[in-house]
Amino acid sequence: MDMKANKKKLGLKEKYAHMTRGLDWQTTYQPMDKVFPQATFEGIKIHDWDKWEDPFRLTMDAYWKYQAEKERKLYAVLDAFAQNNGHLGITDARYLNAVKLFLTGISPLEYVAHRGFAAAGRNFPGVGPRVACLMQSIDEIRHAQTQIHALSNYNKFYEGFHAGAAHQIERIWYLSVPKSFFDDAFSAGPFEWMIAIGFSFEYVLTNLLFVPFMSGAAYNGDMATVTFGFSAQSDEARHMTLGLECIKFMLEQDPDNLPIVQKWIDKWAWRGIRVLTLVGMMMDYMLPKRVMSWKEAWEIYFEQNGGALFNDLAKYGIKVPDCITQCTVDKEHISHQAWCTFYQYAHASAFHTWLPNAEEMDWLSAKYPNTFDKYYRPRYEQWREMADKGERFYNNTLPMLCQVCQIPMVFTEPDDPSKICYRESDYNGEKYHTCSDGCKHIFDDEPEKYIQAWLPVHQIYQGNCWPEGTDPTAEGFDPMAKVLEWYHIENGKDNLDYEGSGDQANFAAWRGAATQNT
Amino acid sequence: MQIDLRTVAIKPLRHTFDHLVERFGDKPASRYQEGSYNIQQEHIFHYRPTWDADRVLFDKKRTKIQMKDWYALKDPRQYYYGAYTIARARQQDAAESSFEMIEDRGLAELIPAELKQIALDVLVPMRHVEWGGNMGNSYITAYGYGTVITQPCLYHAMDHLGVAQYLTRIGLVLDGPDALDAAKDAWMSGALWQPMRRHVENLLVLDDWFEIFVAQNLVLEGLLNPMLYDYLDAEFSAKGGTAISMMTRFMAEWSAETAKWIDAQIKTAAAESPENKEQLGAWVKHYRSATREALAPIAQRAFGDQADDVLADLVSEFNARCAKLGLAV
Repeated sequence: MDMKANKKKLGLKEKYAHMTRGLDWQTTYQPMDKVFPQATFEGIKIHDWDKWEDPFRLTMDAYWKYQAEKERKLYAVLDAFAQNNGHLGITDARYLNAVKLFLTGISPLEYVAHRGFAAAGRNFPGVGPRVACLMQSIDEIRHAQTQIHALSNYNKFYEGFHAGAAHQIERIWYLSVPKSFFDDAFSAGPFEWMIAIGFSFEYVLTNLLFVPFMSGAAYNGDMATVTFGFSAQSDEARHMTLGLECIKFMLEQDPDNLPIVQKWIDKWAWRGIRVLTLVGMMMDYMLPKRVMSWKEAWEIYFEQNGGALFNDLAKYGIKVPDCITQCTVDKEHISHQAWCTFYQYAHASAFHTWLPNAEEMDWLSAKYPNTFDKYYRPRYEQWREMADKGERFYNNTLPMLCQVCQIPMVFTEPDDPSKICYRESDYNGEKYHTCSDGCKHIFDDEPEKYIQAWLPVHQIYQGNCWPEGTDPTAEGFDPMAKVLEWYHIENGKDNLDYEGSGDQANFAAWRGAATQNT
Repeated sequence: MQIDLRTVAIKPLRHTFDHLVERFGDKPASRYQEGSYNIQQEHIFHYRPTWDADRVLFDKKRTKIQMKDWYALKDPRQYYYGAYTIARARQQDAAESSFEMIEDRGLAELIPAELKQIALDVLVPMRHVEWGGNMGNSYITAYGYGTVITQPCLYHAMDHLGVAQYLTRIGLVLDGPDALDAAKDAWMSGALWQPMRRHVENLLVLDDWFEIFVAQNLVLEGLLNPMLYDYLDAEFSAKGGTAISMMTRFMAEWSAETAKWIDAQIKTAAAESPENKEQLGAWVKHYRSATREALAPIAQRAFGDQADDVLADLVSEFNARCAKLGLAV
């Protein structure tokens, strides 16, 4: 009987190949380049999409099954957390400022990743990468939503969460740093997107971005955040293998792809590292119970692990990005420079700031023996003295922003930590400023893109950051108050010092009540 | 640390996020609402897309349909990721046990040869049509506007992939890997399938995402799914092919469920303005005749001399559905 011959069980790989690979076809009624209009314009040459090695073999039925199990567990924990006032289990309400930064700065990126991977999942002419990208797209909306759901409970009891996950990232000055990063990637073509997000962000930098927030949550008793962190772990592992497979595939398909890929790796490594400044600051200053210093994280996750990765890629001719030399200098400075900036601009931030206390400064001295006591401790001591005299220092002018990474120009020269680093480029008769050689290099390569940047400080000065119907000629007009209103920052509640804040008072009162009842 | 707060009620400062308070008032929001409304950025974008330089990243102008509030296009199933995967996991569990039973007991061998051949000729090549449905809906997810409609389109895209994989499994159960090769050949060059392949390819080059929604989700699925999972399924069941019906159970349930969601979108968009209504009607008329033409030879293979009657019934049921949605077609 013929039927018997077909009864042999198919192997997993073979079965998966039938389930996906055979599905697509070479179109003939419509030309392929019309069906896949974004496949070639970036200059990447792909000769055989079937050479793509599926990094994970997940059919939809298995996907639904595994993911639904994870969702059931996750939401059971979130429900229990809400029901039992789990928010009182955190080390200190001050910790939540890190979570506010996460909800307003990172969760919106998960959403954009969802849309961007949907685009990649439509645009590649090969079925293998398309299916993998779509799975990542649906995972990313999962992450955006589970984060919002997990943090929604904090919003009910604490300030600074109420604007949600999209309003502020379009508007607030420091959130334009992560936003412009993703806008940059999504407005590029699908191959660059894969290097920017799939490889650089999800593979090279994920241990320095996602992991520090989740570890911080674990160290600080934040059950809600750490639960979605754990729940997302297996998704992230899939995303990492996709990013790696993608870069290898591009490099193996044609030698002409190497210089393009190398350029993108250089660009996105530097873009990503600039975004990580915010994470470094969070690790060194915002966690009541600290996991490790930014410098240590950089050394383990980038210098050691990343080094091994670039050794692997060397066989394709890929070189470690030049900007890394500057990073070994910067790792001793950037978190301090960033926190000093937020301290001065606490009135315009959607979270609280504070000065590190004596014990925290000693920790920083120990972690940063080369720089902290020399450059940063004196600054904090001076600000402490001023604050004690009732002259808490706020910087009331707005800083110039880097045209590329959009961070205020606060970083110093690689060879002189006492001198602010400025770089300047001319384009079409205008001058543009960047914060570093890395950003200047990116600007000079695509000036027509970066001159479009919506720089929050420029926009404030141009009068574009007030609620609709604002009359700037009205008597007593206070531009900064109107900007905060437009940001959805409630002045005196969401911003300024943690010391004396509503969050601090409420947490103490609620925890006190809780302790007396047990 | 264990904190027991049974006697302590803490009064929340607020119940949900600003945009939901604005929309629904300050009351606890559902997980669907928190995970869907206004989580797409709207106003400020840094760079023009290199692939669409005249528009911004998320742009309302990528379709002729216009809405004052794009969040009116909500999903009546209220699917956010968790609700969606949990619903599908339950359905796949049922499907899996059907396939297991058929495979363990060799039930496929009991299917009359003629019916089995119809399933191989009609159902298995349909996996490529499903793949087209996946592409159209991923396009909408990427370039559509407003999470309440782009989100379910991704779920729909993934569903299409899942359905394509179930159809693949049917081929494997009925005739092993050869069934897939034969179906691919038929899809690429068999006379029966060329009108359908041309139609599917034509949908792959559309720019307007709402037009894709109408052509693919309302019209193509609105005619094709009932044809396969109502009419043809009834034939299978009546003539001893229950095993095939068992293997298409997921699709039957799924197409009924998703049709409700699709209807809600069309109804809301049509009620928004006379311009929307007219545009939707024009698209429906255009794609209805194109789809009918593409389905004709396949219906012929499935229903023989009953084909014209079946198609006429399908179209009249479809027209009645459109009339209920407020379209003049």
